[in-house]
Amino acid sequence: MDLNDSPEQAEYRTKVRAWLEEHKGEAPVLRGEGALTDENEIVAARRAWQGKLAEAGLAGVTWPKEFGGQGLGPIEQVIVNQEIGAAGVPGILDVIGVGMLGPTIIAHGSEEQKSRYLGPMLHGDEVWCQLFSEPAAGSDLAGIQARAKQTDDGSWVVNGQKVWTTNAQFASFGLILVRTDADVPKHKGLTMFVVPMDAEGVTIRGLRQISGEAEFNEVFFDDVKLPADAVCGQVNSGWGTALTTLMYERVTIGLGSEGLGYNSNRFAAAIGADPEARRDSDVRHRLGEIATELLSIKFTGYRTLTALQRGQIPGPEAGLAKVTTVNAAVKAGDLIADVLGPEALADDGEWSYMISFLPGLKSAGGTEEILRNTIGERVLGLPPEPRLDKGIPFSELRAKEKEAVAS
Amino acid sequence: MNLALSDEQEFLRDAARGALARHKTIDAAREAADGTELPDLWPVAVEAGWPGLLVSEDNGGAGLQPFDAMLVAQECGRVLAGVQLLGHVPASFLLDRGGYARIGEIADGSLRAAFCAARPPGDVVEEWTVEPRKGLKRAAAPSVSGDSVSGEVAWVPDAPGAGVFVVIGVEDGRPVALAVEGAAVQDAKVYDHTRSLGHVTFDGTAGTRLDVSPEQIASAWYIAQALIAAESVGTVETGLEMSIEYAKERFTFGRAIGSYQAVKHTLTEVLRQSENARSLLLYAGWAGEESAAEFPLAASAARAAAGSALDYAARATIGVHGGIGATWEHDAPYLFRRAQLSRRLLGGTHDAVDRVAGELLSSAA
Repeated sequence: MDLNDSPEQAEYRTKVRAWLEEHKGEAPVLRGEGALTDENEIVAARRAWQGKLAEAGLAGVTWPKEFGGQGLGPIEQVIVNQEIGAAGVPGILDVIGVGMLGPTIIAHGSEEQKSRYLGPMLHGDEVWCQLFSEPAAGSDLAGIQARAKQTDDGSWVVNGQKVWTTNAQFASFGLILVRTDADVPKHKGLTMFVVPMDAEGVTIRGLRQISGEAEFNEVFFDDVKLPADAVCGQVNSGWGTALTTLMYERVTIGLGSEGLGYNSNRFAAAIGADPEARRDSDVRHRLGEIATELLSIKFTGYRTLTALQRGQIPGPEAGLAKVTTVNAAVKAGDLIADVLGPEALADDGEWSYMISFLPGLKSAGGTEEILRNTIGERVLGLPPEPRLDKGIPFSELRAKEKEAVAS
Repeated sequence: MNLALSDEQEFLRDAARGALARHKTIDAAREAADGTELPDLWPVAVEAGWPGLLVSEDNGGAGLQPFDAMLVAQECGRVLAGVQLLGHVPASFLLDRGGYARIGEIADGSLRAAFCAARPPGDVVEEWTVEPRKGLKRAAAPSVSGDSVSGEVAWVPDAPGAGVFVVIGVEDGRPVALAVEGAAVQDAKVYDHTRSLGHVTFDGTAGTRLDVSPEQIASAWYIAQALIAAESVGTVETGLEMSIEYAKERFTFGRAIGSYQAVKHTLTEVLRQSENARSLLLYAGWAGEESAAEFPLAASAARAAAGSALDYAARATIGVHGGIGATWEHDAPYLFRRAQLSRRLLGGTHDAVDRVAGELLSSAA
């Protein structure tokens, strides 16, 4: 067992660290003294910083060289993430674009799309957003209802609504999954498009959450016109394109899992500040259980890296890590607020925000229940739940659903 | 970064699985519950070289690390094999480092040791303590004066029939490890018939002082925690495999029970807990070799996660099997008996959880 870098990795880490040491003064300050507060200024500063990281080869580490990346592996990406964290500077702004949507365009996009979009995306000149989830389609993503209709001249008209869209308020482009044929089973009639977020008919509205802040958006599409060459991948092959994005989503989350800040030392420090709590057996037991779960995730991350480094696909432990992390953090929020009292819930406090954020995070990227179904079936090999939507054209399925609700 | 098993470790694990497969250990557990004597598996351990896993090569052992012993413990746990490693391995660690004269016999297994463990002081209970016969309050560790020791340690794994006892006592507030070749042992086997236990009493009993540091004495406790954790993860694997197979074959209301979310989510939870515990076995194994400072946290966290996984898995295995899972005919009750007893030995799972909190609170101060 070896938690150390190989000589090549150590050399790479030294290079990354040296660059960050030299340039960290140029990074935007987001916390503490002198921190930027205006959202527009923050976005502008972070875009500029992403540009510098890209110039230095610290963005798109795993992207092929021909698209401006470094052509390196996941371990190098992790090294960059770790060193950026250690330097106390922000990482790239457009994690969704560079981590998930760029690789999707590289895999499925046309040559024109690759040469037009990838460079500005990598450098933060154009930020991207992911337009997949809808109010009535999340875990069952293939049930989306936003639709595109082709006109006689080959162009398309998009209508519908998307939700949970991070960064939409300042994004230049989005990758949108829509239905282009409702008369085939639901996975078969989907298509992916590139949509300019300033197109006529696009309306973006902040979606406030429990904390009162709007980290996500709702995006409405009313007769939005797209040219024929906006299709990413093939018409009616959008499900396969979307699966590519979702695979990169898992990889991105897996490589940056320590990034959420839910770590046992931080929670222990908050609790340990109260001398009474330090000796209270109930508090200690709850802390011990929470910390055990979070510690395990750290080593699960190392297992994932080991697998990636050996060219293997990460195992089931990677998928369950999110469930463990979120549930342990929920318990930690409860415990800390129990120890600190109502003060912990104060609006501007560190813990109030975490406590408010977690209930939604439980469903992010698919609900815990659906994740457990998937793992039960794909990993444990248990038989699938009987489904009523297999092989039925989407339009018919919708009619059946409406009928069931009405009766 | 590399947490993969080495070729040697894979060989050690596969060889252990192979050696244990030649004995019908779970059937033996059932027969033992009916009063038949459990077959002695020590010769299997001796033949495989397990008694000397942690003994240095100079002393005739394999000179391996706690993680290697954990791999063997995990295999023993998979088949509920009552191999006396939980007692012998931590004891051998101290005997090897402490200059014990008969270490060659410990390494080859001709002399079997048991470990009368003491829990190292923590941030709340600041004394060395041992298992009490009953009740919540831990007992003071035996007292040592010169070469003799007095006191009792209850529920000592593998004590009956052991040839030497490594007892942790206290002299002037400092921990001392003594090798004692004759002690009064009262057989204390209970509930899990695959686990040998004894109450060990010393009454001015003479022994040999081992030249070990308080840190090494504490490490022996954490080696025992890591071993019981590994053993528990092995038992969880068996419970999960058994349950998955049944959930695919058993039908109710026209479908396999494994297709129901209630069953699927239960078994996914077993998987989640066992994968987390498996990650922490790696942490404990790494710390046991590379970081003495983190070993208390790592081994305690592994014990806590594995203990909780075993509790959950043992009940889930019975639950998924329905009524039959709670009968003498089925294997599930033997996993359950193992879980029930394990969580209460060597400080118990509860104490390991508390230790995780204590370690973090101390380092956060």
